Amino acid sequence: MEKIFQKLSLLSASLVFIILIGIFTTLFISAKPAIDEFGFGFITDARWNTEVPLNQSNEKEKQTDTLKEDTTQNSVSDSDDDLLAEDEDLMGDDEDLDDEVATKTVYGGLVPIVGTILSTVIAMVFAVPIAMGIAIFLAEMAPKKISIPVGIAIELLAAIPSIIFGMWGLFYFAPIISETFGGYQVSLLTAGLVLGIMILPFMAAITRDSMKTTPDILKESAYALGATKFEVIKDVIFPYSKVGIIGSIILSLGRALGETMAVAFLIGAVYNLPEKITDPTISIPVAMAVNFGEAAGLGESALFYLGLILFVLSFGIISFAKFYFLKRNKG
Amino acid sequence: MPVMNIKNFSFTYAGVDKPSIRNINLPILKNKITALIGPSGCGKSTLLRSLNRIHDLYPGNKYEGVIELLDFETNKYENILEIKKENEFIKLRQKVGMIFQKPTPFPMSIFDNVAYGLKIAGIKNKTEVENRVEEALKGAALWNEVSDRLNKPAGGLSGGQQQRLCIARAVAVKPEVLLFDEPTSALDPISTGAIEELIVELRKDVSIAIVTHNMQQASRISDFTAFMYMGDLIEYDKTEVIFLNPKEKQTEDYITGRFG
Repeated sequence: MEKIFQKLSLLSASLVFIILIGIFTTLFISAKPAIDEFGFGFITDARWNTEVPLNQSNEKEKQTDTLKEDTTQNSVSDSDDDLLAEDEDLMGDDEDLDDEVATKTVYGGLVPIVGTILSTVIAMVFAVPIAMGIAIFLAEMAPKKISIPVGIAIELLAAIPSIIFGMWGLFYFAPIISETFGGYQVSLLTAGLVLGIMILPFMAAITRDSMKTTPDILKESAYALGATKFEVIKDVIFPYSKVGIIGSIILSLGRALGETMAVAFLIGAVYNLPEKITDPTISIPVAMAVNFGEAAGLGESALFYLGLILFVLSFGIISFAKFYFLKRNKG
Repeated sequence: MPVMNIKNFSFTYAGVDKPSIRNINLPILKNKITALIGPSGCGKSTLLRSLNRIHDLYPGNKYEGVIELLDFETNKYENILEIKKENEFIKLRQKVGMIFQKPTPFPMSIFDNVAYGLKIAGIKNKTEVENRVEEALKGAALWNEVSDRLNKPAGGLSGGQQQRLCIARAVAVKPEVLLFDEPTSALDPISTGAIEELIVELRKDVSIAIVTHNMQQASRISDFTAFMYMGDLIEYDKTEVIFLNPKEKQTEDYITGRFG
């Protein structure tokens, strides 16, 4: 009995690793054609689904191609381009190099990668301080009569599906943003802020819970030394619950990085490197959601490549944060 | 000379009709150790926690009567139950320090733990802080054990060392009174012995009130003993009198182990 139980729990534990490695492998295999074609240059290339003459070298193309061409081509008609791209992929592969109209389609991941990172950064910059404020208020300041209903409301807010945030953001929040900050209604800023609002309750709820694990006796001994409430929060509660707070930030970060629906509504979904934060752009999950239906061949593979990058990105950030902070906490 | 005077003091917890301790009259004498003994629930911790008003962290509690604290500068008594402002609370708690049932090192280094009270009291001079930390750690008989690892986290110390660290932390701000709330209840006999020695040692600098479950401890270290039962102060006298020749029947029953 004991042995069966041990084996079963070992199996469930190793299942996580198998799934993780499995996902990585399939992503990698599907992305292989694009990786072979574009290499690491994919990450720094701002062109997506752009036709370029074959005889030019890659380095020069990057410089000569301006962003404007890029965006106009794409925003005009994404689907047509994709269909064309499919044809051309096949043709380009089969046809001779010295054909007159020989072109190839170039896919670069810079725009979605930048869009993902920037929208997440905006979301975190917005959400972290407010979430900390909410958590401090609920855990340390509010009387029970207030903290319990507000706590429940926050947990309910965390349960709202992301598409509702997307719709609310698009129809209500986006006009306010564009009036206040100028620029487009759908933009990096709008997407980032709504993303921030989305992860806020989650972060606040977990932070509050971990702050509440601080033993009363520890807080009391700080007060007994003559500490103020602010000093107790800063010097005792925060350091004590640091691991939980960082955990909540990391989990929210992961959610923000991978969030698709709400961002798809709000970011504008154009392959355009943003110059200001009020410019529309695109993020990796949105690029995948919007383009997968029509993608084929190299285009599809390039989307898988983007997926792989997102996977590595979130995996990297989360493991960095985890190891860095856990190590510091022990040390 | 009493450093604190408790007069007709009653305390009622939030949401409770009856007071948990009633009509207490008790002095805390200067540079003496006063032990509060009694069975669980008799109100001795409640009384002790009133002396620095740590109860006020939780809203709704009610104080009645007077608790006077001697101000060493003006030599006058102030009623600490009249305190309302936060900065007055801070002053009170700097004068009346507290040690708890369990060691409560803060999540920071050994040095920062002891320096914390000084830091929040606004002492910025680095040499002064260093000197007072060293002095406090020596006073708490911990200096020899930790002087080579002051920057290590305090959580790495043993339970007994952690409790001495907490005492050093309380001593560093130079309080007038130190309140010990069952300071050895989580410690082994050897650490308990070290803490007891330390408390006796500290008597020359501060006045001490200690709550203890352990009657031997009270008889070993205290100069005066107060016996409490069901929220009342039954008897207060010199420790020898309480333990050898108590006036009240209840005290005698408790001391001889007939109940409690």
